[in-house]
Formats: sequence, structure tokens, C-alpha cells
Amino acid sequence: MSVAHVTLRGVTKVFSRPGKGGEVHALGPLDLDLRSGEFFAVVGPSGCGKSTLLELIAGLATASAGEVAFEGRPIAGEIPDGVGVVFQEDACFPWLTVVDNIAFSLRKARLAPGERESRVRDAVAMMGLGGFERSYPAQLSGGMRQRVCIARTLVMKPRLILLDEPFGALDQQTRLLMGEEVLRLWRQTGATVFLITHALDEATMLADRIAVMSARPGRILEIVETGWPRERDSRVVEDARFGALTARLWQVLRQESMKSIGRPGGVPEGGA
Amino acid sequence: MTEHKPRAWRNALAVLAALVVGWQILHAVVGEVALRSPWETVAYTAKLFASRDFWPNFDETMTAFAAALAIAVATGLAIGMLLGFSRLAGEVFEPVLVALYSIPKVTLYPIVLLAFGLGMQAKIAFGAIHGIIPIALFTINAVRNVRPILIKTGRVMKLTTWEMVWQVLFPAAIPEIFTGLRIGFSLTLIGTLLGEMFASQRGLGYMLMNGIGLHNVDVIMSVTFMLVVFAAVISSALLAIDRVLHGRA
Amino acid sequence: MNRALVLRVLALAAAVAVLEALCRVGVIDRFTMQPPSRIAVDLWSILATGKFNAAILKTLTNAGIAFALAVSVGIAAGVAIHGLKALREGLDPLFATYYAIPVLAFYPLLIILFGLGDAPQILIGFMLGVVAVIVNTLNGLDRVPRVLLKAARIGRLTPVEVATQVTLPYAVPYVLTGVKFAVSYAFIGIIGSEFVMSRGGMGFEIAFAYNNLDNATMYPLIVLILAVTISANLMIARWEKALLARRGLA
Repeated sequence: MSVAHVTLRGVTKVFSRPGKGGEVHALGPLDLDLRSGEFFAVVGPSGCGKSTLLELIAGLATASAGEVAFEGRPIAGEIPDGVGVVFQEDACFPWLTVVDNIAFSLRKARLAPGERESRVRDAVAMMGLGGFERSYPAQLSGGMRQRVCIARTLVMKPRLILLDEPFGALDQQTRLLMGEEVLRLWRQTGATVFLITHALDEATMLADRIAVMSARPGRILEIVETGWPRERDSRVVEDARFGALTARLWQVLRQESMKSIGRPGGVPEGGA
Repeated sequence: MTEHKPRAWRNALAVLAALVVGWQILHAVVGEVALRSPWETVAYTAKLFASRDFWPNFDETMTAFAAALAIAVATGLAIGMLLGFSRLAGEVFEPVLVALYSIPKVTLYPIVLLAFGLGMQAKIAFGAIHGIIPIALFTINAVRNVRPILIKTGRVMKLTTWEMVWQVLFPAAIPEIFTGLRIGFSLTLIGTLLGEMFASQRGLGYMLMNGIGLHNVDVIMSVTFMLVVFAAVISSALLAIDRVLHGRA
Repeated sequence: MNRALVLRVLALAAAVAVLEALCRVGVIDRFTMQPPSRIAVDLWSILATGKFNAAILKTLTNAGIAFALAVSVGIAAGVAIHGLKALREGLDPLFATYYAIPVLAFYPLLIILFGLGDAPQILIGFMLGVVAVIVNTLNGLDRVPRVLLKAARIGRLTPVEVATQVTLPYAVPYVLTGVKFAVSYAFIGIIGSEFVMSRGGMGFEIAFAYNNLDNATMYPLIVLILAVTISANLMIARWEKALLARRGLA
């Protein structure tokens, strides 16, 4: 089942700081293989380079060293075909209606007449946006706007979907429900999903495998397999293993998080 | 960030140099009949500074400008505060101010002359009406856009109305108000000069108009040049302060 | 909101009524100002007789051309300057100074270059308005959220497509602010230069009427200019408001 869909080899990202001098070693060196069709999540302390990692795979940023390849072809700063990205920030175009937003990414695609409309219709239905086709983003809730952004990605029929903390700005209930939606999409489209999140329970609930990253420069400390069945929803939180898995993530992450907020890790338990 | 300022300076100087070069080239193309070279302009400006006749005109303009600016700032801030704090008054009168801001005020000049007569008062009035409205409009928005959480915080701390205004609202609104003052400065200056140009017997605007009438290119160029330098120096300084206040510097 | 509108209309009506009363009673003498009702009657007869149609047409045409040039060149220049960070930094202080410069002082130079025709006036109107359009276009482009640019990159849009399909559409409401100023500046440029030196146009007629104490001509023409600019501004403002409302910003 597991063909490598995305491969990262020795990937490093160093930012130079214009005007400040010096460099920031943000990421790596890092090796990673995403299996075709899996749901992969990354958690890590803030500022550990999670989003940089996603931008490298999306082709929005270029690695300082090492290689990123999608379906066997190196990415090297080009946006690859078949990759969709959903950002944490609201990326709806405020001057376009819901359907125009969704159809936006198809403007450049050469499609048979009717195909465009049917894809948009399917995406509207899939994301439960029926009845809001002619609304403007400002008339929708944050969760609905994020659905529009996901739908805009779906019409492109991506084989790899990158999610950069897509629910970060939403409330907890909405997050859980959106999580279920994403699981459903993942199953229906068969795409590989790569999710960046800071919420450990979200990662545990959604992913097949979870990478825990270190504080800057971000490296992968451990990859945790959840072992959930493909048919699953938010009710996995009731499973006995859910707590143990989340606890394992926190165990690895706690020390790293301490580092990232500037305190020594390993403070004795109970010592206030 | 520390490197940012010298680079901005360098770029501003480069644009300035390009302007001077462009001026020189234009002078070469157009010829003496319409334009003086940068050097000739500076030389004639120095000559003006040395002459006895120049300074009364300069004083006249600066007096008119200072008075107009004082009136514009005081009135603009007062109107802005009032309409900013009072929701209803703001809703009623802000659109009126916006409409007034948008009219070509040059057109009103004959009326100002009829009302104030030829001379100092008309200039001051004309300068002030250019400056009042932008200052008022920016102040209204500044006061209105203070984040509600800051006001809530102030209320939790049980500040009195007076303390709220001076310790929370005003400091929070200062950057935006200052932008209004910066723009008000420019418009008051141009208003005062236009006033002098159209009807006046003294002042830099009068010198300019007189130069135009007599086709004295030296005077036109030198007076324009010194006005541009004066405006540029002060508004660049104001812009720098503005940026610091907005936390962008 | 409606209450505010009613109060506004009442306040303006009251102001006109007070002015009317002051003029009638003689507090404001008729050499200074005529009663508003009288101005309205005079304006009507000027429009009905067509006495100043040539002057009105000349001024409106020139202002229209200056406005159109300022808007089209201003938007194009704004997009270009926004792409060149160094140029932008150099120009910022210049833009901040620009409206304190008596641009009208360049009018004689332009007359020497282009003759005493319409061109110098149109150029003055253009020069005044174009910077307002550039500055506001830049302001709009500055506000485009980075995430929209990322989305555009994911959609593999070319730089021209990014400008026409993402950044400019986002900036439109802000650009419109500059467009409103361009209306006003076009008229300032045209009327101002007609005051200074010209052979016709509304500014010329207003100055002529002023010198001849002909308030029956001067006031109606001034009111006409104000009415034209205020209506143009209200129309643009309405459009601007509709766009902002659609984005939940108004």
C-alpha cells in the first residue's frame, strides 16, 4: 500500500535576515516519506518551522539544502501540479461570491464546457455550502469561509492536500466537525493529506501517522502511528488508545515546548 | 530594522538626484525662455535672500500660514473630537464634512474675498478652510477606531471620563490624529499660498503671481523652489514622526 | 441611520434658511452674497438661456479629460511603483510633500511649452490628481493579505494575472478613494488655471463676474461647480460603500 508520494532528503532551511545580519537555521536536516493516500500530521512547538516545512512541499519556499520530491519529481520552488493548499488565514477573495471563489482556481485550467460547472457544483455539495452559492465571504462564518477555501482546493482534484493549521482560527466544536469533514474528504478523494497543527488531540484524532518536531531548528523527533481504521470519525476520542497516543505526543513535545518558550525542560514534576 | 533607515534615506536621495538631473535635462531641452537650471535657481534664490524686498513678503506669508495653521488645528481637533465621541453628531455631520472635503475649494475663493476683503484675513481664512476638514476627519476616525477592548480595560480600572479621554482614548488615537495634522499642514500651506496668488498685495504667493504676470522666470522658479524645499523638509520630518507613532519605523 | 439622514437634511436646510434670512434682513449685504433662493433662480435662468453653455462645456470637458488621465495613469503607476520597493521608498517622502507644493506655479511654464490652449490646464489638473490616485492605489495594494498572494501562487498565476485578478480587485475600494480626490483635483486644476490665465471656461467667467461685481453670474456658476463635484463624489462614494459592504467593512 505504501508508495512514497512525497520524499524529503536532508532538507534544510536557513533564512538570512536582511538588514540584521546573521542567519536563522529554521529547519532540518530532515528526512521524511509520505505514503500515498495516508493522512499525515505534524505537531511541534511554536516557531519550530512546521509551516516552513509545508511551504517547502508546496513549492512556496525553496530548501537551502537537500531535496523535496513529489511523485518522484523534485519540487525546487515550483508549485507542483496536483497539490492543493489550505491556509490558516482566511484566503477567500472578498470581492467574489462563494461559487466564484471556488471556480477561481479553475480559471487557468483548460476544461471541457460543463466540466467546470459540475466540479464547482460537486465541491459546493461536498462542503455543505448549498444555499450560499451567491453569498460573499463576509456574510459567512469563519468555519464556512474555511469550507470555501477547502472547496476551492478540491475542484482542482489534488492528489496531495496540504493543510496549514486550517482550523486554527475556529472554535473547538467547529474544529471537531471540520475535522470529520476533512476525514470524509480524505476517504472520498483518496488524496494524501498533510496536516500541520498545534493541537495534539486534533492530530491524534485525524492522522494515520504523526510526526513530532523539535524546537528550532525543526527536526523530526519521533513518528507516532495511530493505527486507526480508514473508516473513522471524531468518535475515536472515546477509544481507550486516544488518551495514550495524545499523552505520548505530549511526552515527546513537552521538553521541546519548554525550550521554545525559553525555560529549561525537565523541571521536576510537582515542583511549582 | 536598524539597516532600514539608511536605505530609505539612500533611496530618497536617489529620487532627489533623479529629479535634479531631470530638471537639468528639461532645462536643456526647453531653454532659458521657460526654465532656469537648478544652479541658476539656487543662485537667484540666494540673491532673493540677500535682498531687502524679499523678507517682508516672506514674513507676510509665514504670519498668514502660522495663523491659518493654528486655526485649522484648533478647530479641526475640536470638531473631530466632538463628532468622534458623539455617535449621533458623527453620523449626522461626518458625511457633510466628507462632501466639503471633496469640493474644489479654489472655486470658493471669490466668496472668501467678498467676505473678508483683500488682505491678511482672506489669506488666513482660505488657508484654514483647507486644513480644518482633513484634520477633523482624521480625528473622527482616530477616536472612533480606538479598540473597544482598551476602553473596556479602562472601565474595569474605573477610570473617570476625564482619565479615559486623556489616558486611554487620546494616546490610542494619537498616531491617526497626527496623520491628519501632517496632511492638514500641507493643505493649509497650499491654501494660504493660493490665497496669496489670487488676490493679495504681499507675500510669496503674490511674488509668484507677479512673476507670472511679468513673465519673470527667475522669480517664478526661485519662489517655487524655496516653497518646495520648505514644504519638503517639514513634511518629511512630519512623515518620519508619523511612522514612529505608527510603529513602522 | 435614517434618523441621522433626517437630522442631516434638517441641519442643512436650517443652515440655508439662516443664510437666506441673514441676506434678506441685510446682515449680509447683497454685494457680498445674494440670498440662496435668488442664486437658485439665477442658476436656473443661466441654464435655461444657455448663456454660459460654451464655458460650462469647456470646463467640464477639460476636467473630464484631466480626471480620466489621472485615474488611468495613476493606477498603472501605482501598480508599477508597488513592484519596485526601492523606488517606492524614495518616492514616499515626495508623495507626502506633493500636496504642499503649489503645482499651479508650473502653469506659466506649461503655457510657454504648449501655448495658451486647453493642454496646460488639463496637464495641471492631471498633475494634481495623479498623485492622489497613485498614493491610494499603493495603500490598497499594501493591504492585500499575504495569504491571497500565496493562494495566487498556488494557482500559478502570472504577475499580470496576479495584478488584474487578485491585487487590483482587492484594492478597488481604496483606489476609489483616490478617484474621488481626482475628481476634485481635476476641477481645482482647471478652475485654478482659468482663474490665473485663460480665454474662457467657468473659472474665467467667475473671475470676470467677480471683477465686475456681477454676483448674479458668479454665485450660480460657483454653485454649479460645487453641485457637479459633490454629485460625482457621492456617486463614487456609493459604489465604494457597496464594495466595502460586500466585504463586511461598512
